[in-house]
Amino acid sequence: MFVLAQMTDTVRVAPHEFGSDFQTALEKVVLNVGLCICFYDFIEIADSYLLPGDGASHTNVVFRFVVFRPFVDEILTGKIQACTRQSITLSVGFFDNIIVPADKLPTVSRFDDKEQVWYWEYASDDGEAPAKLYMDPGKEVRFRVVEEQFCETQPTTADQTPIEQQQSGEGADRKSPYTIIVSMSESGLGDLQWWVTAPAEDEPMDAGGEED
Amino acid sequence: MEVIKARATLLTNQEVLSLLKEVGDAEKRKSKANRLQKLSTIVYETTRYLEQTPAATQDADCIKSFLEAVKKYNLTRAESLMMVNLRPTTPVEVQLIVEECEERLTEDQVDELAQLVIKHLPPAPGTDTQQTSITAPSSSLKPE
Repeated sequence: MFVLAQMTDTVRVAPHEFGSDFQTALEKVVLNVGLCICFYDFIEIADSYLLPGDGASHTNVVFRFVVFRPFVDEILTGKIQACTRQSITLSVGFFDNIIVPADKLPTVSRFDDKEQVWYWEYASDDGEAPAKLYMDPGKEVRFRVVEEQFCETQPTTADQTPIEQQQSGEGADRKSPYTIIVSMSESGLGDLQWWVTAPAEDEPMDAGGEED
Repeated sequence: MEVIKARATLLTNQEVLSLLKEVGDAEKRKSKANRLQKLSTIVYETTRYLEQTPAATQDADCIKSFLEAVKKYNLTRAESLMMVNLRPTTPVEVQLIVEECEERLTEDQVDELAQLVIKHLPPAPGTDTQQTSITAPSSSLKPE
């Protein structure tokens, strides 16, 4: 789920900060890298230069950053945030752009218009009516990463909406810089409660899924 | 800013959690003026997520002993990482993680793997301490 990304940059230290550590905060999405979480360590700190006309020092550094970037086919757990007819949005707290498109939900899944929520229509073995296992917001689910999408975000002009923010999860109307498309269609994926084995029960799935 | 290597190393959730705890503590010790707001927020959110996962109760030693124990199953690095992060205790979960599981492992080996997970990796916070059941929920759910 997390990787170390090696990057290089020039750090500008203003004169009044001379003597303090180089601690950087990069809470943003870097194209094709992922969501930056926090600084890890320096690999190399080159010499510092003072440039003419600027009292601050400039130092080229090579450093590693902890980045959130699940690989394709990785299994993760998260919470359901919202359901629409097209997709379900999942969240891991610090990152919200995890989308399950309607065609990646367990077969057979149906969308309940009244409740605005998806449910898995699980056919029972003994010929009874199928069980409806609801995927309510707040439920914890397991999912597999299918695809990641990075979009270039550009500042927009005055006649359109204001300048986009670089933080992932913001800007509901425009494409976000980093989106993960995932699937819940395999055995073992979906609501964690669907797959819990209780020693004393015969049909643990139904009991777990319809609770609440 | 330039990226040299986008994926230099894979990290387990446990490594990230212990790092974030240190960073979080260091931030708390700073005066309010010196704290970096965005850093604090994302560190807080990520720590909160990771504390609900098995990583919260793991340490470097148990992960090492687990990886030693599963060497003979020839799991890929990604699969070992997922086993450590997710702590699968049922055959369904193990089959989800191991690619082409039916071809590479027998049913007994899948059960063994689940047992090794239970033995070496402590349960996630909030789950039952007694996860001894290793049978799949029902055979109709197996990917067959």
